[in-house]
Amino acid sequence: MPFEYRGDIAHADIAFNAWAETLEELFNEAARATMQVMVENLAAVRPTQTVELQLDQESEEMLLFDFLNELIFYKDAKRLILLPAQLSFSKTGTGYALKGTLQGEEIDVTRHMMNTDVKAVTMLRYSLSHGPEGWRATVVLDV
Amino acid sequence: MSVPAALKRISDTIWELPVSYKEGMLVPARIFATDKLIQEMDAGVFEQVSNVATLPGIQRYAYCMPDGHWGYGFPIGGVAAMDPGTGVISPGGIGFDINCGMRLVLTNLTADQVLPKLHQIVDRLFARIPTGVGCHGFVKLRQDDFRSVVQQGSRWCLKQGFATEDDLLMTEEGGCFPGADASSISEKAVERGYNQLGTLGSGNHYCEIQVAKPENIWDAEKARAFGLTVPNQVVIMFHCGSRGFGHQVATDYLKLFLSVMVRKYGIKIVDRELACAPFHSPEGQAYFSAMKCAVNMAFANRQVILHRIREVFSDMFHASPDELGMRMVYDVAHNTAKLERHQANGSQKELLIHRKGSTRAFGPGAPGLPACYDKTGQPVIIGGSMETGSYLLAGMSSGADAFFTTAHGSGRTMSRHEAKKIFRGDKLQRDMEARGIYVRTDSFGGLAEEAGDAYKNIDEVVEATELAGLSKRVARLVPIGNIKG
Repeated sequence: MPFEYRGDIAHADIAFNAWAETLEELFNEAARATMQVMVENLAAVRPTQTVELQLDQESEEMLLFDFLNELIFYKDAKRLILLPAQLSFSKTGTGYALKGTLQGEEIDVTRHMMNTDVKAVTMLRYSLSHGPEGWRATVVLDV
Repeated sequence: MSVPAALKRISDTIWELPVSYKEGMLVPARIFATDKLIQEMDAGVFEQVSNVATLPGIQRYAYCMPDGHWGYGFPIGGVAAMDPGTGVISPGGIGFDINCGMRLVLTNLTADQVLPKLHQIVDRLFARIPTGVGCHGFVKLRQDDFRSVVQQGSRWCLKQGFATEDDLLMTEEGGCFPGADASSISEKAVERGYNQLGTLGSGNHYCEIQVAKPENIWDAEKARAFGLTVPNQVVIMFHCGSRGFGHQVATDYLKLFLSVMVRKYGIKIVDRELACAPFHSPEGQAYFSAMKCAVNMAFANRQVILHRIREVFSDMFHASPDELGMRMVYDVAHNTAKLERHQANGSQKELLIHRKGSTRAFGPGAPGLPACYDKTGQPVIIGGSMETGSYLLAGMSSGADAFFTTAHGSGRTMSRHEAKKIFRGDKLQRDMEARGIYVRTDSFGGLAEEAGDAYKNIDEVVEATELAGLSKRVARLVPIGNIKG
């Protein structure tokens, strides 16, 4: 199971753990965990719109924070439910960069089973770490 | 059982964690609760309220209200007063949904008049007030217009014909925090929020039709002063905030504060969600201004929603809002920081009061209250779960110790994840209708998360606030119709 919601970290909010072998997979899983809080049937979201993404941060951990916040931003600003289509990571002089594309479509309540709005990614228990078993993240979303 | 051994009982409703409880605590932490509520508090409350007590400049106590539960940074129900000269401002003490708040509106209709049309009214409200994930509003604005909205709050609504002078009078701070400068907000925050004016959102946000039954009037004199004058009078209560705009403001400044807090100001904190900056630093002042913009967006949002509610009732009953007596009782803000004058160390002092998931509750005679509430104290609106009912209370003079603050809701006892495993939204909707509450929602999953059993008992929470001298019960309001995102 690449991500799992947790009921024991936060009551009013939604917490999840995600884990994966590569950083790209981890970002994919964390994106799915975040977007599924809002749309139950992510499989019904068609990749009809594409958004380019470029982020820079001092750490991989803060890069994930910005990345998830981008997904939340497009949900409000453009009513888009987006998931990563392709992501690539590189080291920069001051930290890390993420370049990629997000794909998805505008919210359609006739086909998308809507859940609860995600307001923000919080810093409560927030972590991204790399160990012998790969990448692991803990994220609490404010809903 | 999560109550720490160090927790001392100060009175029937006050519990204290001393400064020795955790390294770095500058003041003790106090929790208002009855015996039963303190036993039910989750461990996060004790951890987080004692973390708050370590913030630079905190005065007297770090407080948590009886509906307190695990939040992020501050507990939900947290209150902290900072010395503005030496203290910090922390977005974690305000929350992402800045000025999430409650508004209560009267009608002169009775339940007998409304019940035959209840389904039509609720369906019409559901159609006219956008709800749910990513919803956009009916007020079409250019981004520059939105900047005016966030600087002016309800005053902007008055100019556009969405408000009356009386509405502004019955809103905390007149529906506009002064000093909101749109140059302190990001393009991203504007882009995220300018389409969302007049939207409810989702989660625990709702608009509810309620009845004040004669047997649920606790204080007849105050109830009359607040406008509850007819047996089985119908009122409308709603709960929402600053939407994506406020969430983006909070996220922007959380990141900024994390980047300067240690590097520039040498402040060490025990939880990154308590990121903060000195109040009088450039970053602290910029956040204070941006937060005010979000506060004003939320006031305007609730004002535009009220305009829609008035339109719906007006259409349904073929009478003007005035003829239907659709006056506001009050609008209270939950998630704010504000400079207020309070007693501290024997003298009046200006303090920066952080309230997160808690409500300002001024007692009788407090400056800033409309004249009609001078004798009663400020109306306090506390929303319960959608199944159980809500309360109208009044601020008390004895609330001074807690900087005139009280609870804001029931407080969750069960995680959303757990609630969704136990309850089914569609079944809950049918069960509630059988019990006389007609609910419309965009999301059965979201509805299940809001089941009454996922919350503390509202009766116990408000009783605790009264026993603690924070707010006095005036009336219990029972739901008959509800729309949810």
